[in-house]
Amino acid sequence: MAVHRFYLTYTDDRIKEPIIYHVGHKYKVITNIRAASVSDHVGILALELDGDPDEIERAVKWIAEQGVKVEPIEKNVIE
Amino acid sequence: MSFVNGLKCRECGERYEIAPVHVCELCFGPLEVEYNYAAIKKTISRELIESRPPNLWRYRELLPLDGEPLTGFHSGFTPLVKADRLARALGVDELYVKDDSVNHPTFSYKDRVVSVALSKAVELGFDTVACASTGNLANSVAAHAARMGLRCFVFIPDNLERGKVVGSAIYNPTPVAISGNYDDVNRLCTEIADKYKWAFANINLRPFYTEGAKTYGFEVAEQLGWKLPAHIVVPTAGGTILPKVAKGFEELVQMGLVEDRPCKIYSAQASGCAPVVNALHRESDLIEPVKPNTIAKSIAIGNPADGYYVLGAVRKSGGWGEMATDKEIVEAIQLLAQTEGIFTEPAGGTTVAVTKKLIEQGRIPRDEAIVISVTGNGYKTIEAVNDAVAEPHQISAKLSAFDELYANLSQEPAKQAKSA
Repeated sequence: MAVHRFYLTYTDDRIKEPIIYHVGHKYKVITNIRAASVSDHVGILALELDGDPDEIERAVKWIAEQGVKVEPIEKNVIE
Repeated sequence: MSFVNGLKCRECGERYEIAPVHVCELCFGPLEVEYNYAAIKKTISRELIESRPPNLWRYRELLPLDGEPLTGFHSGFTPLVKADRLARALGVDELYVKDDSVNHPTFSYKDRVVSVALSKAVELGFDTVACASTGNLANSVAAHAARMGLRCFVFIPDNLERGKVVGSAIYNPTPVAISGNYDDVNRLCTEIADKYKWAFANINLRPFYTEGAKTYGFEVAEQLGWKLPAHIVVPTAGGTILPKVAKGFEELVQMGLVEDRPCKIYSAQASGCAPVVNALHRESDLIEPVKPNTIAKSIAIGNPADGYYVLGAVRKSGGWGEMATDKEIVEAIQLLAQTEGIFTEPAGGTTVAVTKKLIEQGRIPRDEAIVISVTGNGYKTIEAVNDAVAEPHQISAKLSAFDELYANLSQEPAKQAKSA
């Protein structure tokens, strides 16, 4: 089991989608929202995913396929 | 003697012991070093600092080591150049360039932050250091690791130009090129940092690493004769240096080393990657990530880790932010080179171009002291200006050929530079 932490960035066309609800049903991961900011243009969510590392990987891939940007909470570490 | 109390979350204030951790377990906020300022104030003085060698460790009470520094003995204390010819070109009275293009040993301001991070890494018991970087950071980590005898891993995207790989590979780290898009590479690097428990300069050592950037601000103030500039323009990439310059200035005031006077801080970004400046212009606290598209690669960070704190520092100072196009950046690199003899990379060109713009906009008055931050060296990024500089005049090896050329040049004194 592993705990990974991500920032999810929603653009305005995805902002109404219940993506966290769906990911919790489609994949065996525990979702834990730790912080959130939403404006007219963008929503940013700090999310913890707890589960098997491969299952987390699949969940992250699915979230990204929904048009939501998934990044580590460190954001860009390539400097 | 250590003057560090511990680490503290910048968001919720939760405190942590000194350790290689960078994120608050409660709120995911970034951790920052907390000092015992009362004790430092009893020790530090202008005289003590001035008595020490000209490197970044002359401010050691305000840096987060417990013991002696282990690298960076020639890093920092770079020139603060009084730029009179550039001042005339920009139509201002008093202008300075803080020139980290000549920082030792890898020619960028990264040698400051890496000196602190790697000294701390050894203090914390690490024998392996690492970073994820496409340029200046990797150069610096690899070089300092080499002289410290540390094992070093450098992670890079697999499509990086050979020239940039060589700049780190020469120091013999273990370079690892990762395939995948930028986001995948970025995410993998944090997972490696999490799993392998090495000292990642800008990930798990980030609270210590970023403190090194304060020395850029300390030096500006000391070199101005222990006073704060009225205006300073700083480039923004990951958002490390600008808030730390602000913190450095605040600490100098708090320690009684400089007089408290207004110092406006301005963020400079390239138009092709300006998430922070966009947020400043929108008057928003939310930084919308962007996909970078600019020649200023060393500051092309689409979702800066500390962008939010750049917004706070700029606003608190009464400053502003502006962006420059690639064309303006190239022109500014040339302007700096041709007026002051300083060859900077596109990040420095961005700062010069943005300064010019802020002066023209009236945001920066023409009769107050201005400092332009140059954080990297142009010899690393020749390709950015390759098409903009004059081709050499071709002649045969005869004096008459040069005589003829010289006669023509005398009639046409204008330079043969291609347009940027």
